[in-house]
Amino acid sequence: MYKYFPHTESDIAEMLERIGVASLDDLYAEIPESIRFDKDYNLKKSMSEDEVRNYFKELGNLNHPLTVFAGGGAYDHYSPSVIGQLIARSEYLTAYTPYQPEISQGTLQYIFEFQSMMCELTGMECCNASMYDGATATAEAMLMAIAHAKKRNKVIISRTVSERVIAVVETYARFHGVTLDYIPENDGVTDKAAMEQMLEANDVAGVIVSTPNRYGIIEDFTGFAESTHAHKTLFIVNADPSAMAVLKTPGEWGADIACGDGQSLGMPLNFGGPYVGYLAASRDLVRKLPGRIVGATKDVDGKRAFVLTLQAREQHIRRQKANSNICSNQSLMALYVTIYMALMGKRGLQEVNEKSYAGAHYLCDKLLATGKFSLCFDKPFLKEFAVRTTLNRETLMKHLEEKGFLAGIPVEGTDDTILFCVTEKRTREEIDNLVSLIEQEG
Amino acid sequence: MKYYNKLIFEISKPGRVGYSLPQSDFGNYSLADLPQTLRRETPAELPEVSELDVVRHYTNVSNKNFGVETGFYPLGSCTMKYNPKINEEMAAMPAFTTLHPRQSEESVQGALRLYYELAQALAEISGLAEFTLNPFAGAHGELTGLMLMRQYHIKRGDLKRTKVIVPDSAHGTNPASAAVCGLEIVEVPSTPEGTIDVAKLEPLLDDTIAGIMMTNPNTLGIFEKEIPQIAKLVHGCGGLLYYDGANLNPLLGRCRPGDMGFDIMHINLHKTFSTPHGGGGPGSGPVGVAAALVDYLPRPRVVKHGDRYAVEGGADSLGSVSGFFGNFGVMMRAYAYILSLGKEQIKHVGELATLNANYVKESLKDCYYLPIEGICKHEFVFDGLLDKSTGVTTLDVAKRLLDYGYHAPTIYFPLLFHQSIMIEPTETESKETLDEFIEAMRTVAREAIDDPEMVKSAPHVTPVRRLDETTAAKNPILRFKDLNY
Ligand SMILES: Cc1ncc(COP(=O)(O)O)c(C=O)c1O
Repeated sequence: MYKYFPHTESDIAEMLERIGVASLDDLYAEIPESIRFDKDYNLKKSMSEDEVRNYFKELGNLNHPLTVFAGGGAYDHYSPSVIGQLIARSEYLTAYTPYQPEISQGTLQYIFEFQSMMCELTGMECCNASMYDGATATAEAMLMAIAHAKKRNKVIISRTVSERVIAVVETYARFHGVTLDYIPENDGVTDKAAMEQMLEANDVAGVIVSTPNRYGIIEDFTGFAESTHAHKTLFIVNADPSAMAVLKTPGEWGADIACGDGQSLGMPLNFGGPYVGYLAASRDLVRKLPGRIVGATKDVDGKRAFVLTLQAREQHIRRQKANSNICSNQSLMALYVTIYMALMGKRGLQEVNEKSYAGAHYLCDKLLATGKFSLCFDKPFLKEFAVRTTLNRETLMKHLEEKGFLAGIPVEGTDDTILFCVTEKRTREEIDNLVSLIEQEG
Repeated sequence: MKYYNKLIFEISKPGRVGYSLPQSDFGNYSLADLPQTLRRETPAELPEVSELDVVRHYTNVSNKNFGVETGFYPLGSCTMKYNPKINEEMAAMPAFTTLHPRQSEESVQGALRLYYELAQALAEISGLAEFTLNPFAGAHGELTGLMLMRQYHIKRGDLKRTKVIVPDSAHGTNPASAAVCGLEIVEVPSTPEGTIDVAKLEPLLDDTIAGIMMTNPNTLGIFEKEIPQIAKLVHGCGGLLYYDGANLNPLLGRCRPGDMGFDIMHINLHKTFSTPHGGGGPGSGPVGVAAALVDYLPRPRVVKHGDRYAVEGGADSLGSVSGFFGNFGVMMRAYAYILSLGKEQIKHVGELATLNANYVKESLKDCYYLPIEGICKHEFVFDGLLDKSTGVTTLDVAKRLLDYGYHAPTIYFPLLFHQSIMIEPTETESKETLDEFIEAMRTVAREAIDDPEMVKSAPHVTPVRRLDETTAAKNPILRFKDLNY
């Protein structure tokens, strides 16, 4: 007997009798002897609830949570208390994908709200029920472009997209057989002239750029939609949804597809996951979107209701001809950001960005004032920025970590550049402390 | 409670807020300093609601849902077992939830150790050499696994192998994952007994075959007992065997995929290892491999040097499939489950799940059509009602079960039968629960004869009744802005 197994000895005996076998072993009689596992697993002994707690506590003690001045795809924004408690409701937490809409209106409704809010933030016309993360969402955007173009097999991606995202897009491209080329960067932003040249051959299915980009720079995509569309190429923008409350949206830039990670919408850092990818598009691409999509409809009594729709795109119907293989997505995390967006609302998200902007620029100016840092690019940024340091980068970051700070992240491909990030959670005192520690370095 | 049918946008009132942020005192920095061209032109129309508005709204909305804690959820292929509470408590520990994924290895030793130990435990349970926990769900695990399969052949210079064999009983994600991975799909049929037709498999095997994707027990809940022979044949032609771990639950304590001859597999932590499905994720789809494939595992890889844990790349790695380390929070839950059960209890999971499934099957086969007799594993499939004269379909049966307070079984999958009803009770359900469910299923079968129209118009007492799905697809309304009713 065990707390998760309700079977008593007599239950087992009665059930075996109904089945017509003598023992539990008989239920496995058809398994060839040679492949049976009749040993004990080499695993730890069963732990009581308190033992499990203590074990996790012990592991937790080996971690050192830090005051976070880093982003790079994971942002330390404020998480309202309400959200964790609401998403823990078992009606949400322990449901499966809403296959039976009559008893799944809870899930279906919040997905509809999620889709609606993500459309608002990104300025796009439709959005699916979520993707695994921002990187896989971008890879799926690439596959959408290939499927849309039919006879083109090339996608080009800007070097200013986060290297984490590029790494995943590269993997998907290689195995799917997509030719992936890179648009060079010029002074920290996508080289528009180079992109236009690459489009000339009329063989590019999609262009992928991002904003804010891997250096935190807010890119100016003026003319990008015109250039790509002139060659019947899809324009894909990977965008931080939190920032889209104040920055020009993919929709406003004329994008065909917007994608990215919803983690910035108040989700805990959680050592990298679960987060939530999003994929939004213009209306004419709706049938090319992968995964679940929820639509509104009515029941037989005329009551408004929601349902999984356009399922003829999906793997359970189309099998190898489906738009994607995605089945489970990150539904509960979509609920997380939906509740976040509801709480923060129109005003709150603007305030988050206003405060992050102020803090980031304050830190940036203080760092420059130490004389040990210089800005990599003289370009507009929001909450993240790249600086070069005259100090030894690794030593500096290590020292600051010992004092409890995650002082940015090293920019790959350089030995002196650090990407700092400041969110609305960082106080002036924390920033002043960080800077005074840096002043003592060197 | 009165029926609640508002969207969050419909309770919005300009000026209301549901948050509090700290005052900041950074001086004169303002977003207005950004060039106008980079700023949003019109504000996002997000709701404006108070905190209580939000709490009440999402509480009322949740009441229109059905979860494992609401009632019995015999959804075949989905392993809807109880999701233990202690797992949730562990996953919420700030010592983990506040970790940034780009922190130094030194500062996240506990998290890396958890990742490593969970991967080791899964390897032991599966009989494979090593696991990556990076994939986000079952289908993502399949894709990663097929990439591993291809990478293996590519690294050996064996470039002709571009086809993968998939049984006709396979889950839709199997062929779909193969297609995303750039593989050509070759379908192998099942025998009337529901298992792979080995005689029809043999002629398909040549030097263009990268491997085969299987699940065992298969999607009919039947153990593929020819697996040693299948493994020999596929390996004999130079191919690899992929195991879809969605059906791993009945094997716990009894059989290991690695011992059956599988080289690569994924596990759905959100099935076998008790993590909640969350209304469709987040799940987690760890992928395990035999020793010959370890070097190809995706980046980042968590390894152990002495008593330190480190993150590595690996020159032969297939690349990255995730931004960071996958759904870490889900891993924490699964590890809490494995620690709780331990070696003494995990081994009973399989047999009790199998006991429950066979008990339900034997108790209902006189009113539902069981196309394949014999002992099943964790699940089984009926092909509709035994009495087909009533016109009552599988869909109708499923809908009527909702009236009785059950989630419906999986319906119309697998595709081998026209009226599939796939039932998977899981080991956490008691005999009493099963007996009540059996009684409800029998009642529905009787009602199908006595009052077929009532069954065909079910459900009758759910928050909403049958939906107009045709109009929803013909004229898709996918956001609030486009909704006019
Ligand atoms: C047999 C089988 N394979 C694969 C999957 C896909 O798993 P996921 O939804 O986690 O991607 C499922 C899930 O329903 C399944 O039942």
